[in-house]
Amino acid sequence: MGKRTQRLAALIRKETTQLLRDRRTLTIIMTLPLIELFLFAYAVRLTVDHLPTVVADMSMDPQSRSFVNALVNSNYFDITGYVASQADVVRAIDEGRAKAGLVIPPDFATRVERGNAEALVILDGSDSFSVSSGYSAAVAAGQDRALGLATEKARRLGIDLKITPIVASVQLLYNPSLNDLIFIMPGLVAMLLQILTVLTTAQAVVKEYELGTIEGLLATPARPLELVVGKLAPNMLLMLVNLGFTTLVGVFWFGVPFQGDPWLFAWLSVLFVASGLALGLLVSSIARTQREAQQVSAMISLVSMLLTGFIYPRGPMPAAIRLVGNLIPLTYFIRIARGIITKGIGLSFMWTDAVALVIYGVVILGFAAMMTKKRLG
Amino acid sequence: MSDAQGQSWPAIVARDLVKEYKTAGGVLSSARQRGPAAVDGVSLTVARGETFGLIGPDGAGKTTLTRVLLGLLARTAGESRVFGYDSMTEPYAIRERVGYIAQRFALPADMTVMENLRFFADVQGVGRADQRRRIPELLEFAGLTKFTKLLAGRLSGGMKKKLALACSLIHEPQLVLLDEPTLGIDPVSRREFWSLLGNLRAEKGLTIFVCTPYMDEAERCNRVGLLYNGRLVTCDTPAVIKQAAPGHLLEFTPSDFVPAQRLVAGLAGVLELQTYGMMLHAFVDDPLARRPQIEAALTAQGIFCIGIREIEPRMEEAFISLITREARKGI
Repeated sequence: MGKRTQRLAALIRKETTQLLRDRRTLTIIMTLPLIELFLFAYAVRLTVDHLPTVVADMSMDPQSRSFVNALVNSNYFDITGYVASQADVVRAIDEGRAKAGLVIPPDFATRVERGNAEALVILDGSDSFSVSSGYSAAVAAGQDRALGLATEKARRLGIDLKITPIVASVQLLYNPSLNDLIFIMPGLVAMLLQILTVLTTAQAVVKEYELGTIEGLLATPARPLELVVGKLAPNMLLMLVNLGFTTLVGVFWFGVPFQGDPWLFAWLSVLFVASGLALGLLVSSIARTQREAQQVSAMISLVSMLLTGFIYPRGPMPAAIRLVGNLIPLTYFIRIARGIITKGIGLSFMWTDAVALVIYGVVILGFAAMMTKKRLG
Repeated sequence: MSDAQGQSWPAIVARDLVKEYKTAGGVLSSARQRGPAAVDGVSLTVARGETFGLIGPDGAGKTTLTRVLLGLLARTAGESRVFGYDSMTEPYAIRERVGYIAQRFALPADMTVMENLRFFADVQGVGRADQRRRIPELLEFAGLTKFTKLLAGRLSGGMKKKLALACSLIHEPQLVLLDEPTLGIDPVSRREFWSLLGNLRAEKGLTIFVCTPYMDEAERCNRVGLLYNGRLVTCDTPAVIKQAAPGHLLEFTPSDFVPAQRLVAGLAGVLELQTYGMMLHAFVDDPLARRPQIEAALTAQGIFCIGIREIEPRMEEAFISLITREARKGI
């Protein structure tokens, strides 16, 4: 065994020993993605239905009741109470007892007959998730009811309106049941892995400075590159195991379908984790203490959550902001992960993201190496 | 450079060595401002087998000098060589032959004593057979045989230093650089540490380069260099350095400290006055003549003078005297 190999093996063994001995951190690293998966599978919903709704029905006749029933049947509204006036509806939303309210004016039935009835749906605009689903549900229910009434009226006049002139039939690709978990899982796994990779790498390096162990290492014949590889290799392996494990749990426990090629996913994951390590190394060259490393990592996590397309679509963002998102490896890997896991597409559809990830990793690693070298000098 | 060539070189050679730190003059400013030199034209030679002590107050540049020698810091000017290898161009050849305990050096605390020794052995490229021989030897030597499975972080301060010494000796270096190795450990452990060093010196002919603020440690060295504001003020054997203090030394305890200090400093024939706890140390040109004069002057002011006697100047007095003179020169 050459001395170079012996040195590198010793450095990797040291890092592995320390990594495995820090049980608390190891537990957090391994369980955090699982906990998040469980939360998204069983607790968190992105689409809001069964909004608690109060009704001020001032008409109180079969027409108004059938309109209320139409809303309830849409499953988006649950009637939690009846009140007297529009002001009472607003108060119920103010007090947080309801997210939605329905106001039916006294002359509803007569105006239905005349063909210009109006019902007012009031929504809690402080909660945009509720508003967007409530809004479309109310509009749809209203139109549906109107169409029904119009058809009925036409029939009474002897006209058959059986044919609807245009039917927009919608087909949902990849996620026909609109299951939130299918949308969330690939991005969630990728995001948590990036957060953990950046943080643990930065911490592992900064710890050596903070505890003063770095000088003992530097005074040995170990070359800087060997020190960096010895530091990163065990972390890389740990994160890949973590990524694989979390993905397997998502697929086999929560039944998120894995449409694409697992090997392609594995190879691109290696690229992704490598660029995360590079980013972590960069953080370590800026931060002087573990606390600073945590804060910088937290900032990167926040940006990742908002700008990479994990939950909020990148399309509507201004170009400059999208560029900021491009500085985060997650942006590329989220498209890759969704592409492979959910859409089942191959490399030919996402080679630009793969190449971007490679370039990103190389550039950041080079930059981090430069900064680290400067710091050690 | 071949090893044969290296044999003819002294352990350490520095010539007009300068190290300036860049001051933070803004990352964007093209011309970095040069800070004050941490090491300012130091020339010294440490022979093989010698124990050399580098003393000096905090901030004198001891640590910087040591780091430059090992190539951990880039020098600004001059020359620095260890066993003939240049610190800047051949640092790894140096590090393979040298053991180093940095001042703020800590061993990985979450690895056991044994894991630490194995790690440093592997990083230094010590073969398996040599490890099987060396590790028990060093454990025995450092008195750590019973603690091989203990995490390094659980060891006492003194034991940590002994483990650090054992780790720095694992590759049988010809030279050890110790930067304040006994800082923050108790006197008994300090004594033990130095007796370990003494054994190494006697048995293996190990060259020792030690930075220390402790005068008793400096007295154990063959030669001592006094570093002050980055300059080597003096460099000689402890016996010669002790003579550097001016004149003869009178020690006494005045009953009223502050007025006595003011009074004695102004007396004729008093070359220098140092405080030493509750005592005053007065360097005088003629102890026989000046002693009664000092006593008389103090008595005239109603100050008693207890236990006045002439003593041999120690490293401590010589050190303070040299520093004081050097500081005056600077003004």
